[in-house]
Amino acid sequence: MLSQVNLDVKGVVDSDIISTVEFNCSGELLATGDKGGRVVIFQREQESKNRLLSRGEYNVYSTFQSHEPEFDYLKSLEIEEKINKIRWLPQQNAAHFLLSANDKTIKLWKISERDKRAEGYNLKDEDGRLRDQFRITTLRVPVLMPMDLMVEASPRRIFANAHTYHINSISVNSDYETYLSADDLRINLWHLEITDRSFNIVDIKPANMEELTEVITAAECHPHQCNVFVYSSSKGTIRLCDTRAAALCDRHSKFFEEPEDPSSRSFFSEIISSISDVKFSHSGRYMMTRDYLSVKVWDLNMENRPVETYQVHEYLRSKLCSLYENDCIFDKFECCWNGSDSAIMTGSYNNFFRMFDRNTRRDITLEASRENSKPRAMLKPRKVCTGGKRKKDEISVDSLDFNKKILHTAWHPKENVIAVAATNNLYIFQDKIN
Amino acid sequence: MFSKGTKRKFSDGDEEISDESLVGARVASSYSLQRQSLLDMSLIKLQLCHMLVEPNLCRSVLIANTVRQIQEEMTHDGSWHMVTEAFCGPGQSPSERLVATEVLCRSREQDAEPKLFSVISYEGCREEEVVADETLCSVSVSDTVSNVCLAGRVGQCWEKSELSGVERDEEALEDSRLDSGEDEEIDTEDGASTESPKTTGQVFGTFEIKNGSPGPDSALEELFSDVDTSYYDLDTMLTGMQSAPKMGPYDLLDSLAPSHSSPSIVSTPTCRSDLNELDHIMEIIVGS
Repeated sequence: MLSQVNLDVKGVVDSDIISTVEFNCSGELLATGDKGGRVVIFQREQESKNRLLSRGEYNVYSTFQSHEPEFDYLKSLEIEEKINKIRWLPQQNAAHFLLSANDKTIKLWKISERDKRAEGYNLKDEDGRLRDQFRITTLRVPVLMPMDLMVEASPRRIFANAHTYHINSISVNSDYETYLSADDLRINLWHLEITDRSFNIVDIKPANMEELTEVITAAECHPHQCNVFVYSSSKGTIRLCDTRAAALCDRHSKFFEEPEDPSSRSFFSEIISSISDVKFSHSGRYMMTRDYLSVKVWDLNMENRPVETYQVHEYLRSKLCSLYENDCIFDKFECCWNGSDSAIMTGSYNNFFRMFDRNTRRDITLEASRENSKPRAMLKPRKVCTGGKRKKDEISVDSLDFNKKILHTAWHPKENVIAVAATNNLYIFQDKIN
Repeated sequence: MFSKGTKRKFSDGDEEISDESLVGARVASSYSLQRQSLLDMSLIKLQLCHMLVEPNLCRSVLIANTVRQIQEEMTHDGSWHMVTEAFCGPGQSPSERLVATEVLCRSREQDAEPKLFSVISYEGCREEEVVADETLCSVSVSDTVSNVCLAGRVGQCWEKSELSGVERDEEALEDSRLDSGEDEEIDTEDGASTESPKTTGQVFGTFEIKNGSPGPDSALEELFSDVDTSYYDLDTMLTGMQSAPKMGPYDLLDSLAPSHSSPSIVSTPTCRSDLNELDHIMEIIVGS
């Protein structure tokens, strides 16, 4: 059972809307990016040996402005500073590195701690003023003195000018040297050390833009095979590519598509089949895709259909016309695996999020809201009433708040701790089972 | 899919109809009403593009695909034909009109390669790159009134037939003062790029401003004839877009539009006939 650990309440400002959430590889750090171009990193408290039953809470560790709004003078268009994706690099020394991307530019940030300061310089005073040279009569070695912990974030690389369209994904490769970035029509492969060029590995832009009927919606590197990556499209297909096959991976190695059910065909079929997120399992054997109404788990060895399909909010199928009208049908929900790949999670409307246990086939709907849960309280399962008599505690489909959508969720890589972004609030839930 | 029970405007029919077919007719008309409203909604969505921030390409593509789908179905039904004839002259295919309306939707993109003038607005985001062919350049250089879309870029030419047609038009252009909108459609290509030709639609706004040859503007044109025109293009495009009176030309544009498709590849009889139409109009303008 999940209980709420803590929540970080930000102001109700548009620029505070959280646009991405990501745990680092150890789960010790949790990064969020928002619409205002800021990155906030939370760090888990060390578990105190005195309080055996307490689990670490996440507190703010560092805040910095990653991207600023820009204006493209040539096209007379604003470039939003909204952070679309954050991905952590595996930790290789005391510092932490992450990649953050807005629509056009990716930046590599180094987050490092400073808790010591050198004192006793020869040529300057403690306050920095130069000492009078005549007064220097002895030579001393500066010593390191402890100071209050300072966390510094500095941009180490800026990968710019490689994307004509909006970046929707970045993914660090398992070789820890390269990463890919994908926009609507192209995917580029970068080397982390080289900022002035990248390799274009996928290009689906047609010669005549009027023939464009499909765009890239997400891309990810395989967790173990550094030559394999996948990308999903707005037509509900996933292509797996091998960079060993050719320099330009326009021809896929595998093509995943589920045949359409002709009985449920409508004008909205294509829109709801558009994949908003694709994630490999930690094992690398499966991948998960999120379309508007469902989550599908695919076995990489089977291309013609998914091995598992989970309905997220099937009750919305009869409301597609209204959802098209208010643009909600274009919302891009993300999905995530737990550390052991036994469960998956994704968001929905009304601040609901759903978790599916792949082994028991049980699912649960929970709500991330301040009104309905106090800190440390257990979360109650929620249920949406689809018709007929509404039971107590159920909520009817028409009462759902479509402005409260949970698009971004993240699961701790090792433990049952989840982070859920509800508009401008971040909720962190933890399993209390000991 | 659609909720049933929409209020029908149609009466029960003048003739005697059996109950079954009546129900069937009700369902059918309800369906087509809803389909029509979906189509209208989609077209409005495509046209309401933000000026300052680029619209979401994925969303635009999905909406456009939906529109195409409805269109195809309506074409099969035969109901599309009625819709288009209501709005434009015969001889113009529905898809052209559809595509033409997207000129109203301004989303400009520029390719990563440095092009002097590159505009993408495809249903929200289509790529329109304006460059001129060598021959066109030579035609225009002699005239300082820089019809900018023709100005100094070596391009790759498209089909000879189109070329000759266009050349003639260009000359006619330079001789006359063209009113906005009553222009031919000229597909030009970016010669500065080294990649394969992308022939796409012309931005008519550019034409409107540029082609005022005699008159007070010519002195100004001479003054700025050596100015880098790429920014100028954008400005005029923007002003051409935003000022209200240009609605007239756009309407005409719609009816003229031999879509913005590449003439070299998908040249259809409609394209040629439209060029003929264009010639005809040019003659009228020039001849008067």
